[in-house]
Amino acid sequence: MHITELVKGEAHEVHLCEECFQSHVQNPEGVEGALAAGAMIKAPALGEAELEALEKLVCPTCKMTYREFRTQGRLGCAHCYIAFREELLPLLENIHGDTHHCGKFPKRAPDDSQKRYQLIKLRNDLRLAVAEESYEEAARLRDQIQELEGRISSEAAEAE
Amino acid sequence: MPAVDLKELLQLRGEWMRGEGPDSDIVISSRIRLARNLAQFPFLSRADDAVRAEIERTLHQQLVELALGGQVSYFDINQLEGIDRQLLVERQLISRELAESHGSRGVCFNRGENVSLMVNEEDHLRIQVLHCGFELDWCWQEIGRIDDLLEERVTYAFNEELGYLTACPTNVGTGIRVSVLMHLPALVLTKEIQKVFTALQKISLAVRGLYGEGSQAMGDFYQISNQITLGKSEEQLLKNLKDVVPNIIAYERKVRQALIKESRQQLHDKISRAYGTLKSAQSISSEETMHLLSSVRMGVNLGLIDDLPIPTVNELFMHTQPAHLQKLRKTSLDSADRNAARAAYLRQRLSSAHDGNNN
Repeated sequence: MHITELVKGEAHEVHLCEECFQSHVQNPEGVEGALAAGAMIKAPALGEAELEALEKLVCPTCKMTYREFRTQGRLGCAHCYIAFREELLPLLENIHGDTHHCGKFPKRAPDDSQKRYQLIKLRNDLRLAVAEESYEEAARLRDQIQELEGRISSEAAEAE
Repeated sequence: MPAVDLKELLQLRGEWMRGEGPDSDIVISSRIRLARNLAQFPFLSRADDAVRAEIERTLHQQLVELALGGQVSYFDINQLEGIDRQLLVERQLISRELAESHGSRGVCFNRGENVSLMVNEEDHLRIQVLHCGFELDWCWQEIGRIDDLLEERVTYAFNEELGYLTACPTNVGTGIRVSVLMHLPALVLTKEIQKVFTALQKISLAVRGLYGEGSQAMGDFYQISNQITLGKSEEQLLKNLKDVVPNIIAYERKVRQALIKESRQQLHDKISRAYGTLKSAQSISSEETMHLLSSVRMGVNLGLIDDLPIPTVNELFMHTQPAHLQKLRKTSLDSADRNAARAAYLRQRLSSAHDGNNN
């Protein structure tokens, strides 16, 4: 398990096995101790008040609390991703180094979502093209993105 | 009605074990799995027995109706005895987690054993496609086809920001795990393997043992797979593996050649002794068998053993494991009896290997 921790704007990579990852999710300070030698994790220990706050954060669909998720490491339903979005995004950033899907998209998804998805993918491609210094490709992608953005906003205007 | 009887599995050899395909001297198999959940049900941590049963019923029906190609079997894991569950684990058709968990759950696989779909594992559905050798593109095409077919019949939990939604946030996004099972005896022997691990960690690739998460590396087999599932497309994640694996293959080959060049006699001796032990032992554990077969497999690939085909070696790796052995013997055996039965089986198979009796 590879976790990139952002500490004061600096990226630190931490390698954890599956089990340690689970305990990192539920108990960051424990892992910090375990990794004392090369400790790079700066996750504050949770006080009673904070634990109580986590208890109050409940998914309206499946009634899982965020605290339960931190203990089990598994979410209760698809809606948890929306209910705990603010808390999950930093975690996803840690795990994946990113918070936006840019892969496959269900064919039956609404057309509007398809376009938005394509936009996410194009922006990702653009980022890669710039990183690889493929400037012609980057310019082409930039045009595509502008065109698609225009189409989405004009359609949105029509709908109003 | 199942197309494959579990007893029949013993007579069959999974397509991915043929020992063919690109770079099959080092890459045993390529595998891709996708984690998917049905939109209308909670994830399994929030599913009671009734909901689990309903998910299982829904997917069971959809899966058997799916045009997977060829004959398809579906097994209700709860109906299986422990040894049969273990058999499916040894054949890589189900995970340990599915074998050992509780409640309604099942597995659907084709006769070639290169497609398997697990129901109610960590997610509602885990689709897996395997191919022998280094053949990730084929796996991706095939799993994409199956995923598309299913998508026409069911609604997956999906969100345009986060992609396919999974029970564990470590799988969210693409829900994909691309993995390559490699045999790296020379890198292990020379302890170069540690450098490989360190390099792979730096680029967010995971290294696991033969049976995936938490399993020890037995017989010098390692699974290399992506760690990240969000923020990159499936093709990018595939490309990561496709770029890196050839370097590991080249490294393993280079070290093998160096061993041949610098210490041929020592290497040949080690391999011949391993082969000799397997041919003549009277009692042998599963671990020792894996260890020795690993040397023998490298010996065959280096031309130091010339009377044993690779598919037979691959089959011995599987048939000498506890559940296979007991199924072959048609009886349950304790550990000591298993060791004797394993040794007898190896003696018999290896004495007849050069008579071409290896199918």
